[in-house]
Amino acid sequence: MKYVLMFVETEEFGKRLEEMSDLEREAAYEAVGRWFAENSDKITHHMHLAPAHTATTVRLGDGEPVVTDGPFVEGKEVVSGYAEVEVADLDEALKMVRSWPACPLVEIRPAS
Amino acid sequence: MSGPDDGRGSREALARVVREHAGRLAACLVSLLGDFSAAEDLVQDAVETALRRWPVEGVPDRPDAWLFTVARRRGLDVLRRETNYRAKLAQLRWPEPGKGDDRLRLIFTCCHPALAPAARIALTLRVVCGLSTAQIAAAFVVPETTVAQRLTRAKRKIAEAGIPYRIPAAEELPERLDAVLAVVYLLFNEGYLSSTGERAEARDLADDAEWLAALLAGLMPGEPEVAGLLALIRLHRARGAARFDSHGRLVPLAEQDRDLWDRAAIAEATALLTRTARAHRRPGPYQLQAAIVACHAEAAGFEQTDWAQILVLYDMLLAVAPSPVTRLHRAIALRYVKGPAAALAELAGLEEALSRYPLLHATRAELLRALGETSQARLCDERALGLTANPAQQALLHQRLDLTHGEWL
Repeated sequence: MKYVLMFVETEEFGKRLEEMSDLEREAAYEAVGRWFAENSDKITHHMHLAPAHTATTVRLGDGEPVVTDGPFVEGKEVVSGYAEVEVADLDEALKMVRSWPACPLVEIRPAS
Repeated sequence: MSGPDDGRGSREALARVVREHAGRLAACLVSLLGDFSAAEDLVQDAVETALRRWPVEGVPDRPDAWLFTVARRRGLDVLRRETNYRAKLAQLRWPEPGKGDDRLRLIFTCCHPALAPAARIALTLRVVCGLSTAQIAAAFVVPETTVAQRLTRAKRKIAEAGIPYRIPAAEELPERLDAVLAVVYLLFNEGYLSSTGERAEARDLADDAEWLAALLAGLMPGEPEVAGLLALIRLHRARGAARFDSHGRLVPLAEQDRDLWDRAAIAEATALLTRTARAHRRPGPYQLQAAIVACHAEAAGFEQTDWAQILVLYDMLLAVAPSPVTRLHRAIALRYVKGPAAALAELAGLEEALSRYPLLHATRAELLRALGETSQARLCDERALGLTANPAQQALLHQRLDLTHGEWL
């Protein structure tokens, strides 16, 4: 089955990342790199998104589309990236996510 | 065939027969069709037909074969467009030769953590225990449509999110087993220690919980916590007859007529617990809770209770599963080891976490009364009364406010 793992950053996580020393940050990025390498046989595609402050949202409906600055939900939790994976079932996706070393929230959605 | 009878006894017998066979059939059909929802619908149809016809026609000699035949006929009928399913169903013989018990896979799917907790309970009752939607709704005092929606949503999630139908791998097993045991324990609490009041007519969920625990213990003999949960449920139920007086009032442990306790059942459950502890040496929360209940159950009288041992067990329980409710129960035990003042001091740290928990206030009332602080005790009892919806607990508190004596455990 195909799933999309959505990586979600929290304000607190962002702050922690900022406060890290260069060495610590490097180690954190390395851990992420290792995770992608270890799971490369299951990951078909992945993308890291630019920070939420770069987002632009367009609301379509009656009349003219409305363009606004920022993500579609103004919240403390923002999607920071995603990975598309091909695994047998939800348990296998859950197992991958359990060892994810970075942001504290991951949403798993079946996709087709 | 046994004869038709519409009394409560036969209703219970009917439920037992369905429970014994519906889950097996569901397990087999899910494996065969690879479609949880379709298989479950077929079994549910068969169960509802049985619940309608067996009270009139009598229970057939081979209830499993009967349920299978009805489910298959229904399957060949409704799955007309799914030629693949039809072919599989047409070939299926019952009972399946050489097939073991597949219900463990069924249980793990129903109790998957990706499902909402209420859905896990409803699904387990329906799929594993063979309850109808109406029976589940009656047991939880919720509208039938609510249960039906919950089940439909859960079955869609299983199919669309790819929740697997299998026993979890060894590394996932401890966590997943915890989720299964939590469902069984919640079910038991709902049936036995229910806080929602009088439902004498409702199905006894404690019965289903004990049955599920026994089923699991049979299927997972290597897991001590499963045996622990079974022993815990049996030890509670062995004392069931003494918990209420003839007016339906809750009787405190200290005042219970211990002659009403089922001593044979207590001995058997305690032996199971001892065997389990010796064989595995892996005490967990359920084994420890059962050991505490066993200490109470084995005491000849309230005065003979081994409170020192109970205190040790609570300390062990807090080490593996810390919780404010457990700390409260430990404080109650401490009263009998170190006196009411020491116990009262322990409660001070629990006020924030348990301010809406009636037992905290009822316990404080008890301790204050033991220390001679009658008017303060009264206020605490009133506070507890305002927080409980359970009529038996309310009656006990009222009685205590009248007589200002007693014990609530």
